Amino acid sequence: MTDKISSPPRDAAGLIARLSRARPTRPGEIYGVPGQGNTLWLSACSIALFFFVWWLVTAMGWVKPLFVPSPMEIVAKFISIWNNGFIGTSFLDHLTISTVRVFGAFLLACVIGLPLGLAMGMSPVMRGIFDPPIEFYRPIPPLAYLPLMIIWFGIGETSKVLLIFLSVFAPVVLGARSGVKSAAIEQIHAAYSFGATRWQVMRYVIMPSAMPEILTAMRIGIGFGWTTLVAAEMVAATKGLGYMVLSASQFLQTPIVIMGIFVIAIIAFAFDLLMRFVERRLVPWKGRM
Amino acid sequence: MRLNVDSLSVIYPAADGRPPVAALSQINLTIEDDEFVVALGASGCGKSTLLNLIAGFLSPTSGSLKLDDKLVSGPGADRAVVFQKHALLPWLNVLDNVAFGLQIQGVGKNARHETADKFIGLLGLNGFQQSPVYKLSGGMQQRVGIARALTCDPKILLMDEPLGALDALTREKAQELILNIWNDTHKSVFFITHSVEEALFMGTKLIVMSPRPGRIMHTFDLPFSREFLNGTPARQVKASREFICLREDVLKIIFADEEQAA
Repeated sequence: MTDKISSPPRDAAGLIARLSRARPTRPGEIYGVPGQGNTLWLSACSIALFFFVWWLVTAMGWVKPLFVPSPMEIVAKFISIWNNGFIGTSFLDHLTISTVRVFGAFLLACVIGLPLGLAMGMSPVMRGIFDPPIEFYRPIPPLAYLPLMIIWFGIGETSKVLLIFLSVFAPVVLGARSGVKSAAIEQIHAAYSFGATRWQVMRYVIMPSAMPEILTAMRIGIGFGWTTLVAAEMVAATKGLGYMVLSASQFLQTPIVIMGIFVIAIIAFAFDLLMRFVERRLVPWKGRM
Repeated sequence: MRLNVDSLSVIYPAADGRPPVAALSQINLTIEDDEFVVALGASGCGKSTLLNLIAGFLSPTSGSLKLDDKLVSGPGADRAVVFQKHALLPWLNVLDNVAFGLQIQGVGKNARHETADKFIGLLGLNGFQQSPVYKLSGGMQQRVGIARALTCDPKILLMDEPLGALDALTREKAQELILNIWNDTHKSVFFITHSVEEALFMGTKLIVMSPRPGRIMHTFDLPFSREFLNGTPARQVKASREFICLREDVLKIIFADEEQAA
């Protein structure tokens, strides 16, 4: 009988009735934290619904294929480009060059940005010097300084990678910088009370406790990197996913535009899943102490 | 071991238009070998400031602080600190947390694990060496903190409300555990608490502090921890007539001080 009381009736009519009711995430916990619970099935339904509506709209002929091509057409386009390439370059080459640009810029941003961010968090001198330039350029859209990049660094790889690098760099630096503040004063004092040097406190307390924020900053940073990819491949590119999307749009090749968007989204999402996995392995204690 | 606090004062300078604040004023205190000194007082009376001074995290405005006739000028391994909470390192397991102090001092891995193991056993944590600390209960986390403080063989243990975050039942058990360890290791202890009962039960010497400015108002010598260590059950000690009378007296003093200060 207690079971009946602690969990709301399962046979309540329909999905809406269930969604509107407080559902326990664990047995007995009806009045828990709002927003808890597994969303896997709802997400799957949401995706399925999206594709269904897309298919319906195109199959019924409600919109012209120029504006919204059917999902099957996208798949067909993907297969044809996979087999024949796009404007003289194979699909894998487009994919590889873009991935190398984004991840190259990302790695560079981490290698330079993480130490700089940590240094800014730990030293007022470093913060004083580097805070103004970073805060100055951070809110500017990459498209605005793209012309400058090209004037200064030419139309080769340098300006492309640099543009992506700059968009990843700021969030990585800021994340590492604020991560420095994660250590509790008790943890720092504990290390000092054992006779730790300033360097040992950084090495054994500050840096490990900054890890969760650093990983989050890396996730946000790589997201910005993919966002900037198309802008970076706007000028004088002959290869790359961004280039593919842009030139397809100039010829009103809507299926290729949509296909390119999906490919970028899938790679970015796959990497984010990997980062979440790394996060669970490296900092399982995140938010638990 | 002899810790000597001599007319110690801490004055925080005026800021934002507020007058200077005397956090501690003219503190005189001696802690001898094997003593268990408990500081009791309302919030803001400077107990934690005093502990932070002894630990070396703060420096006094005037007066001196000497450990075995050597001036205390900063934190050091001869004074180990047990904090109320948030002081363990969640990325390390129990064993490495306890061995952390030795790691800081450059002791090799095997040697420090061996020493840590000894204190893990002493605190009743055997079998939890590999457990992540964030999965332990509050009481066990505090025991890890105490074990860590003991590994470097300090001359004095500074305990800043170590039991403040525990539930009442766990807290009584932990009091007995700390007294037993104090008895086994013969460390001097400086212990801060809000609880009058805890203060009376644990200490050999009680200092009652009062706020604005933080100062020592009264000092008592206490027999109760010895009674417990000589075999009287803890609850019996705490329920004895002398204990209850003194408890009420101390409470009266604290409330009277509060009113005077307000």
